[in-house]
Amino acid sequence: MINNISLIAANELRRLFKSPLAWVILAVVQFLIAIFFYLLLSQYMQPSAAASGLTDVVVSGMYQISGVVMLLVSPLLTMRLITEERRLGTIKLLISSPISITELVLGKYVGITIFYCLMLFMISLMPASLMIGTQLDLGQIASALIGVLLLMSAFASIGLFISSLTSSPAIAAISTFGVLFLLWIINIAGTNASEGMAEVFAYMSLLKHYSSLLTGVFNSTDVLFYIIVSVFFIILSIWRLDAERTYG
Amino acid sequence: MESEILISVQQLSRFYGQQKAIENVSFDVHRGEILGFLGPNGAGKSTTMQIICGVLAANHGSVTIAGYDIHETPRLAKKHIGFLPEQPPLYNDLTVNEYLNYAAKLRGINKDGLTEAINLSKERCGLENVGSRLIENLSKGYKQRVGIAQAIIHSPSVIILDEPTSGLDPIQIREIRELMRELSSDHSVILSTHILSEIQSLCDRVLIINQGHIVLDQSLDQLENSSDKPDSIEIGLRNPPALESLLGIEGVASVESINDDTLRINFSPESNMIAAIVEKAVSDNWGLFKLNPGDTSLEATFMRLTHGDNEQLEKDESAA
Repeated sequence: MINNISLIAANELRRLFKSPLAWVILAVVQFLIAIFFYLLLSQYMQPSAAASGLTDVVVSGMYQISGVVMLLVSPLLTMRLITEERRLGTIKLLISSPISITELVLGKYVGITIFYCLMLFMISLMPASLMIGTQLDLGQIASALIGVLLLMSAFASIGLFISSLTSSPAIAAISTFGVLFLLWIINIAGTNASEGMAEVFAYMSLLKHYSSLLTGVFNSTDVLFYIIVSVFFIILSIWRLDAERTYG
Repeated sequence: MESEILISVQQLSRFYGQQKAIENVSFDVHRGEILGFLGPNGAGKSTTMQIICGVLAANHGSVTIAGYDIHETPRLAKKHIGFLPEQPPLYNDLTVNEYLNYAAKLRGINKDGLTEAINLSKERCGLENVGSRLIENLSKGYKQRVGIAQAIIHSPSVIILDEPTSGLDPIQIREIRELMRELSSDHSVILSTHILSEIQSLCDRVLIINQGHIVLDQSLDQLENSSDKPDSIEIGLRNPPALESLLGIEGVASVESINDDTLRINFSPESNMIAAIVEKAVSDNWGLFKLNPGDTSLEATFMRLTHGDNEQLEKDESAA
């Protein structure tokens, strides 16, 4: 089981890095976030901002922006997960091999999540560089890191599910983007609804659970929220691929 | 045959929505047997093959591979399957070595046997010199060979090939046929093809499927002997005589002219008609320049069984 999952995950990663896409995405994300990091840092250097802590302003601010950037690039990374196997016909190789669909889906998910961890590591080098000259609130950084990671794994599982629905990467990408964006802003959509509904909408928002983790509040319901979202979409992907053998 | 049954297909049916793809398909394949799968386009060949490999699920019926049910115990059953779909399942951005390495691990070959398995399957498919090339840059024939290499890499007891020789040149086709004969000694092979001569030169048994039903399941020997149609030849004559004089030769059943100088002669197989015709052609100066065997009995059978769909049949090269 573990063997097969890691085999598929490793192949996914190898093929990601064979295409220029992964490299370009890493570079562009790094570049954009570096600009924001610089802006936040110079904002902190202004005398007026000195009241709040460095970690609060720069580190949390940067991870907040990272979430938005990930929302934009994540669909591009997840769009080919299943669609491409289908287009190349390699899905038949996978399914006629002695591996289960659960292993296949988990392998894909683990592969893309490892890529996200790598991206996160690259980004985190920037705030880490601050530690040369000053002290940071490591607890808050850890909480923020967990937040971003959970957010990205939720993105990955939603993207994975949507790519299992179609054989066209472009359709997968745009639909994933739509769904992620909707889940991001759904709390705004709910502001005009009745009080009870507004709360429900706000609760469904991927953003809300994320921001409390950024400020260093480690609430287990927030963590659970992302885990449930991930597990839910992974199970849907497994069902979807399984059903395809019968109805496809 | 007393040898072990490796593939057992029982009353398989499969629908795509309302449309019936195959219905009540049953057959067995023994160890060491090559089964040729024949049928017009859309007859259900690929569907049947994909169900046997577990890529598609059947609506009714069961498939047993080497004693394991593909639905109940997929992992055990699939260990014994090597499958080449119609479109070879290749990752264009990997090299041949990387790809075969991945395919071998997917099929559960452990580290110790890995290099050996990859080298053997590369050698068998003639891929020794392209190991480090990207699959994307290979020609169609080589891609097809990589596809075959991945299907046999784990020496499965059951090898299922959907049109394995498409896109290959005649020399490669001969090599692949040699390979399949070699493999069939201790494996079962199912292959589908459009090319009738391929079935004749390679298969022990032929299965013709039409509109989702098996219309013929016979060993090739049986088929060759049981042909109920008289055989025919095509002759080309520069100075053709009147048709009546041909009918006078012993054994000739009927004569039809195909064009100005080519005739088709149907005759009863027992007679010594060909020799008689040649003798007469020389003595009467007919200008004989061509003598071809006509439809083989397999082709005739195929045409008869799939009547109505024959415009889709790719013309058999053996008739040429």
